[in-house]
Amino acid sequence: MSDADTTPTDASTDSFEPVDVFSGEPMDLRPGADDCYKCTTCDTSCPVAEVDDDFPGPKFQGPEQWRLKRKGDDDIDPSINSCSNCMRCDNACPSSVPLSQMHNEARGAFVERQMEKLSTEYVRNRILANYRTSAWFASKVPQIANFAMNFGPARWVMEKTLGVTAEREFPAFAQQTFREWWAERGGAHVENPDKRVAYFHGCYSNYNTPEVAKAMVHVYEHFDYEILVPPQKCSGTPMFANGMLTDARRHARTNVEELAAAINDGADVIASCTSCSMALRQEYPELFDITDIETVAQHTYEGLEYLRINEDLRGAVEESEVDMPDMAYHAPCHARNQGLDRQAVELFRDLDGVDVEDVGPSCSGISGTYGWKEEKYDKSMQIGEEMFEHMEAGAGEEGMTECPTCAMQMEHGTGYEITHPLEVLQEALTETSAA
Amino acid sequence: MAIREDVLVVGGGLAGMSAALSAAETGATVRLLSHKKSTLRHASGLVDCLGYTGDDGPLADPYTGLSDLPNEHPYRVVGESAIREGFDRFDGVVGDSYRGGHTDANALVPTQAGTIKPTARYPASMAAGLASDARSTLLVGFEGLSDFDAPLAADRLAAAGVPFDVRGVTLRFPKEFRADAKLTRYARALDRDEEPDRDRAPRFDGVRRALAELVRPKLDGAERVGFPSLVGDDENDVVREDLANRLDVPVFELAASPPSLPGVRLESLFLAALDEAGVRRTTGNPVVDYESEDGALTTVYTDKNGQRVPYGADQFVLATGGLVGKGIGSSRDGVREPVFDCHIPHPEDRYDWSATDAFGDQPFARFGVVPDDDLRPLDAAGDVEFSNLRAAGSVLGGADFAAQKCGSGVSLATGHVAGERAGALI
Repeated sequence: MSDADTTPTDASTDSFEPVDVFSGEPMDLRPGADDCYKCTTCDTSCPVAEVDDDFPGPKFQGPEQWRLKRKGDDDIDPSINSCSNCMRCDNACPSSVPLSQMHNEARGAFVERQMEKLSTEYVRNRILANYRTSAWFASKVPQIANFAMNFGPARWVMEKTLGVTAEREFPAFAQQTFREWWAERGGAHVENPDKRVAYFHGCYSNYNTPEVAKAMVHVYEHFDYEILVPPQKCSGTPMFANGMLTDARRHARTNVEELAAAINDGADVIASCTSCSMALRQEYPELFDITDIETVAQHTYEGLEYLRINEDLRGAVEESEVDMPDMAYHAPCHARNQGLDRQAVELFRDLDGVDVEDVGPSCSGISGTYGWKEEKYDKSMQIGEEMFEHMEAGAGEEGMTECPTCAMQMEHGTGYEITHPLEVLQEALTETSAA
Repeated sequence: MAIREDVLVVGGGLAGMSAALSAAETGATVRLLSHKKSTLRHASGLVDCLGYTGDDGPLADPYTGLSDLPNEHPYRVVGESAIREGFDRFDGVVGDSYRGGHTDANALVPTQAGTIKPTARYPASMAAGLASDARSTLLVGFEGLSDFDAPLAADRLAAAGVPFDVRGVTLRFPKEFRADAKLTRYARALDRDEEPDRDRAPRFDGVRRALAELVRPKLDGAERVGFPSLVGDDENDVVREDLANRLDVPVFELAASPPSLPGVRLESLFLAALDEAGVRRTTGNPVVDYESEDGALTTVYTDKNGQRVPYGADQFVLATGGLVGKGIGSSRDGVREPVFDCHIPHPEDRYDWSATDAFGDQPFARFGVVPDDDLRPLDAAGDVEFSNLRAAGSVLGGADFAAQKCGSGVSLATGHVAGERAGALI
């Protein structure tokens, strides 16, 4: 009997018995799929669909593909690998359909079941996703690594054999990692059982931009926080984007265990990279079932955000002054989903001596590893065009962003030097940046 | 608590943004909290005032219909001068990008569905397409663009009795996209004047020129050409003018169903105005809880996967939208306003919420909070819920936005009043 045959006036039909249709599956995404009413708003916010003629958009990749799979033993469409995991669709959906969760799950299943493990693409993606491993090796011999990684003939070979674009310059590895600096300095200079943060520095500010991590330390010590730097691995961001969920789960287990221990010691977790904080806050509880994973998500903040919530940051900034060039600010996509896309611009509006201009809602186009792939490079630059144009149209001759790969793209497209908001804050609040 | 403003607006749609602008104009510091990108992305970009009252309409002059509205309609609560002020504010925000401000009269704007909508303000891109204009019209659609069937829309406009000849043709866009390409893909190709495909337009180096050359032989005397709302995005004006110059007739866009680029463009205009006014914005997480003291709100909390962030203020505006915007929720247990749990009157038996005739007089369409003269939501006993909370936009009950074509106007008028009064109390 169909619904149309029942009499809707009988109040007794109200009793609602939920039926678990897909019992035994690890992740039931049906409520999310059912919440989609196909308004297609997600598609208009997808930066890839705007330039990629082969990409069917987030609505297909999420709820539609999920439903198609229920019908039979259908393969996942390989186009899932063209999603850059910018997660803009999450922020656009008026029904809170967990689009990025569905994409991550589908991409993970595609890589696990359908991708040829000996293919160049798989090997390339695995290497890109496990950036931490390469960075760890490189950090042992930074000068050689910096030379070798940008050595023309080597890059030509990398592009031809691995599909890593030769158009981009590899980021330089620091002579001294953040953790080496931290150990040399003797760890925390402030002890304070009442105000404690555990710093998740991530791979990039450890191996490539320790100046960002150091700025974080100086700013937080200025506000009298005791900083813990627990052992940690990759947040998993590049692994999610490449469907390497097994790798990501392994790293997540270590991170959750270490951070939960710090939380147990009275700390909140802060991150200076918006993709790292995004992973800990949203992707972890969405994708993995690990003890304390929800506790970690609930206690994790972005570095600037945490101070805004807990300190009179606006007051402190209003009383300060810097002498810095004007900057064009780009909000990373992953900052948007955490509600952080305006905080730097609005905070520095009250700071004398620097003018920070928001370059608008466009995506930078690099999306972590996406723009490093030889076949995606052109699309990555097409997506970035609008941001480059807005940066160049603005008054500033330098750039600002929280995300290390957005920074790479901003620099690549405009030649601007890129600063992290915490570095500006350090300049404003602390007189010296010496260790 | 560290994050604190004078006025906090919850909800980032037309009502919330208007409220934030009005409050900022009083000199108050203002923050706008919104959960997601606004439902303007679903909107046609048309800004209506009042199109129908009961069986009357379309109204030539929306202001003549005000006295026919029931007392509980938000327009009756704020009055005609507030409606005019709301539209003045709108005109200040949009500048030359919109038309219609020169008159009280409704404009009749054709849509992609082949219907006519009475509206108070319309994007400049739609100005050449008005249905009151007698120029013969060609509508152009594209193969593979499932949202718009030009011949069908033309037939429906003709059947509606428009005072001009109208034809529709479906062309192959000069550049081939996937079958269900997103409309942003078309808009971008026109914005950037990308290269057309050789087999579709062999002689021309940009899609704009190629498109004009494809349309020209179909003109057959038509005095204007209408396209779906994808004639460029950021460069909409430039693309439209380029096509018009090449075709030697005016070019216009038809109002679209969701997703709609004119709605997105309208949102951008408002965001720029908010930035200019110094309004702080936080978007991405929902407001889920609040604290109050002596009948006044002190704090609201946003939620991110169980993590709560407090935002304090002296005055608050609730502008979370209606059933579509999720400012009003319903379940088998009843109808409720999820943020502050403000009272929403509704029949106990949920089969009385709707009428069997889909286009009939639907009770659920008028569900919403009941305000006092000061737009403060009232509880079931008729007392204010909180002394410092005002409501604006479609979270207010008493109007049937879809049937009366008054949603945008109600948002602008009540947003303006709520924001101004909140700001004035600081």
